[in-house]
Amino acid sequence: MIDRRMLLNIDWVLVLLVLMIGAWGLTTVYSATHGRLETHLDDLYLKQLYWFCGGLLFMILTMLVDYQTLSKVAYPLLALGILLLLAVWGFGRVVSGARRWIFLGPLSFQPSEAVKLFLILSFARYFTVSRPEGSYRLRDLVLPVAMVIVPFVLIVRQPDLGTALVLLLVGITLVFASGFPLKILLTLAGMGLAAMPVAWTFLKDYQKVRLITLLNPDFDPLGAGYHSWQSKIAIGSGGFWGKGLFAGTQSGLNFLPEKHTDFIFAVLSEEWGFLGSAGLVVLYLGLILRGISIAYSSKDRLGCLTATGLVSMLGLYIILNIGMTIGITPVVGIPLPL
Amino acid sequence: MNQRSPTNRHEATRRRLRVLLAGFLVCFFLLLLRLWSLQVIDTERYATLSESNRIRVIPQRDIRGQILDRHGQVLVDNRRSFTLSVMPEEAASLNLLAPRLQDHLPVRWEEVEPKLKSPHAYRTIQLLKDLTREQVAYIAEHRWDLPGAFLDVDFVRHYKHAGMASHVLGYIGEINEDQLREARESGYKMGDYIGQAGVEKSYERTLRGKKGAREIEVDALGRELRMILEREPALGLNLRLTLDMGLQQLVEEEMAGQPGSIVVMDPRNGEILAMASNPGFDPNVFVAGISLPNWMHLIKDPRKPLQNRAIQAQYAPGSTYKIIMAAAALEEGIINPKTTVQCNGFFPFGNRVFKDWKQGGHGPVNMHSAMVQSCDVFFYTMGQRLGIDTIARYAKGFGLGAPTGFDLAHEKSGLVPSTAWKRAARGEPWYPGETISAAIGQGYNLVTPLQLLNVISAVANGKVLYKPQIVKRLETTEGKIVQEFAPQRLGEIPARPETIRMVQQALWGVVNEPRGTGWRARIETVGVAGKTGTVQVIANSPKGDKLPERFRDHGWFVAYAPFENPQLALVILGEHGGRGGSTYAPIARKIVEYYLKVPTTAPPQTPAMVRRPGGSPTATTTSYLSQPVVPPRQ
Repeated sequence: MIDRRMLLNIDWVLVLLVLMIGAWGLTTVYSATHGRLETHLDDLYLKQLYWFCGGLLFMILTMLVDYQTLSKVAYPLLALGILLLLAVWGFGRVVSGARRWIFLGPLSFQPSEAVKLFLILSFARYFTVSRPEGSYRLRDLVLPVAMVIVPFVLIVRQPDLGTALVLLLVGITLVFASGFPLKILLTLAGMGLAAMPVAWTFLKDYQKVRLITLLNPDFDPLGAGYHSWQSKIAIGSGGFWGKGLFAGTQSGLNFLPEKHTDFIFAVLSEEWGFLGSAGLVVLYLGLILRGISIAYSSKDRLGCLTATGLVSMLGLYIILNIGMTIGITPVVGIPLPL
Repeated sequence: MNQRSPTNRHEATRRRLRVLLAGFLVCFFLLLLRLWSLQVIDTERYATLSESNRIRVIPQRDIRGQILDRHGQVLVDNRRSFTLSVMPEEAASLNLLAPRLQDHLPVRWEEVEPKLKSPHAYRTIQLLKDLTREQVAYIAEHRWDLPGAFLDVDFVRHYKHAGMASHVLGYIGEINEDQLREARESGYKMGDYIGQAGVEKSYERTLRGKKGAREIEVDALGRELRMILEREPALGLNLRLTLDMGLQQLVEEEMAGQPGSIVVMDPRNGEILAMASNPGFDPNVFVAGISLPNWMHLIKDPRKPLQNRAIQAQYAPGSTYKIIMAAAALEEGIINPKTTVQCNGFFPFGNRVFKDWKQGGHGPVNMHSAMVQSCDVFFYTMGQRLGIDTIARYAKGFGLGAPTGFDLAHEKSGLVPSTAWKRAARGEPWYPGETISAAIGQGYNLVTPLQLLNVISAVANGKVLYKPQIVKRLETTEGKIVQEFAPQRLGEIPARPETIRMVQQALWGVVNEPRGTGWRARIETVGVAGKTGTVQVIANSPKGDKLPERFRDHGWFVAYAPFENPQLALVILGEHGGRGGSTYAPIARKIVEYYLKVPTTAPPQTPAMVRRPGGSPTATTTSYLSQPVVPPRQ
């Protein structure tokens, strides 16, 4: 099944980066859940390990399937994804205030995660096959906008602002990467900015508070700003050398909320210091650079756009999550990849 | 129409990818910059915040130094006080614990319950303070039935002899806002206890130890996890007082029930051997924070139990003032020892008549016999001849009219009237008639018992006014001397030795001669010298018990002994207690007997008949034991 050509084609640098980051992440999750207090999350690192191995398996599976073949079913897949989102809207289970999950017996998953991938595939396919000649017109955006706006609205309604935001930004990035004329894009961007005040009224109150808190971090350090504040304390108190593995007090004593999920970067930064946090950022940067270089050097447009979509999604997650833990982007529920 | 080949379009995408790459680089650079700022530039600030998140500092009271009497007897120390607390988290079932505790201990459950049931009840909650021995025993015995409840031990001030010397020792109380403002730099905090009166106040900084602290690691819910650091509280220095506990006890027993003051001093150095003010109070009530009703009771009591009458109450000196008058008259040369004045029992002045205390008068008297019999007319005459300003000069020379500089706070300065004083204070001229009553210590004259003690003490040692001293030295718990306080001189009394000698002999006569007013202080084996005084509270008061108590006379008695080498001087003041000679001379006698360890003898039933002290100043110091018998000079 796995022939030599395929082994040669594997980008081992990328795989190595992924493995390094993944292993580091596993260690940090272990540390975050094995402080001096009982957390009832003792086996979370195992779960993380299973998912990581599952991810690797999925990677090999994906390699076996030609992306050209995958691309052919991109639209039906997206349609399926949207159907699932509708199902969530109808029958999904509410977990911590949001309806994001579908439970099928022992299995549970978030359709929004799959929709992101399907959207990237669809966009790549769309910009490869549509209007083979001449430059893009405004009307060429109608279908992509439709493809992104339907899942976007559904995800916002869950509500899962972070995922919706990433979905939207990935879509914009792909439109940008497709070579769409700048004139049209800038005009649309201008109109979008003008529409911001309208969008504001659609935000939930807690999201508004988060945005205000972001602009003014001292707005409410014990209330809405608590996450951000404790995260900054954790990271800042790590200093240059860090407090040492398992020695983080902000995480170990539970001052840091969501430490094993969205704020895992703060745990790492507290325990490993600037050396660790900057090291991880550099590893991530390597991952992104490698991804862009793959996109850059890919011979066909479909592969290039697919790679671009995937790498920009990763990049956005990384920037938004780390930005959130260090208080420069809003606290929206965005996980850190790997 | 610009036809674009797929290759061109691929090129366009590659150009866009370069822009995208630049965008990512900028974003990641910003992330690194921000991390640098948080973790390297501002790290100290966040480290501090993180520490204060996780460490709860529980201060522990310092242990105050002990207060000892001159022989090392402990007057004030610290005792263990147990507090019953409960850790709500560990209390398996509060519903189980509550009735068990409530049945045996006066826990006010309705006050504690809301605190226990609050969602943040991870801190220990105090149920009962300062438990009795029985309560402590009960809890220790039933420890296993009381899960979550535990005892905390603390040290609190303990005044071992309750009310004894309460005004000298003072008390401690929670620091108030004004004191906090002054003392914050010295490490005082809200809720600290600080000396509020007596030596507890005057020597606060000496007695105070160093506070300890426990640093406890807590989690985000405030649960206490482990002790990180424990700094033991440090002991303060011990205060060795000049007081003699036995004498103090005797003095207080003698004063029992009688508002007033007794102070005993060593005339050789100014050390206070006993200082009592009655009524007193029990400083122990302040230790755990005095309740409002108790406090109101203390400050509203018309007998003013918190006032230290020895230094904070002022009275007319009465006939004790004749000591100064006699010295002034002799010094000024207006009389010699032989000068006599005819006393017919009254002294006409202008259109008024000043009466002598003795109806019919004392007949012809000289200085000596006038002192012995406390003849008023003689001293009216002296007053008239001296004039008020000369009297004032001598009074001030004997230390009156100014605080003695005693260590305890709020000492009153008394009042020495003069023409200048009256003009300044009252805006009126001095009337010559006022000099007459001033001459026998009435009128405007005011002294504190301590000031009068200083007068008799200086007369006793013949010369020196010492600053009354209450603290002998500071020492460590092991008894190592940190600082020793030497006697301090305030000055010398303005009288030549011959004059003083004559005054001393007259004071001896007061106790030991026929017709002496202080004869009840006489001891066969010890020469006691003294002077009585009676102060009218209202003018021309009738004698006896017909008056309501508050209008009755105050009585004074000042004395020293032994006559030739005085070792103690004392002052006794009784408010509304009648005449000094009859009521207080016997107390003086007991004090002298006790302090000089003279075998107790029966009190004299009559005045002495035929005794005089060794008349000349050259008499040997032991001569008081074998007085030459000389016929009375008459």
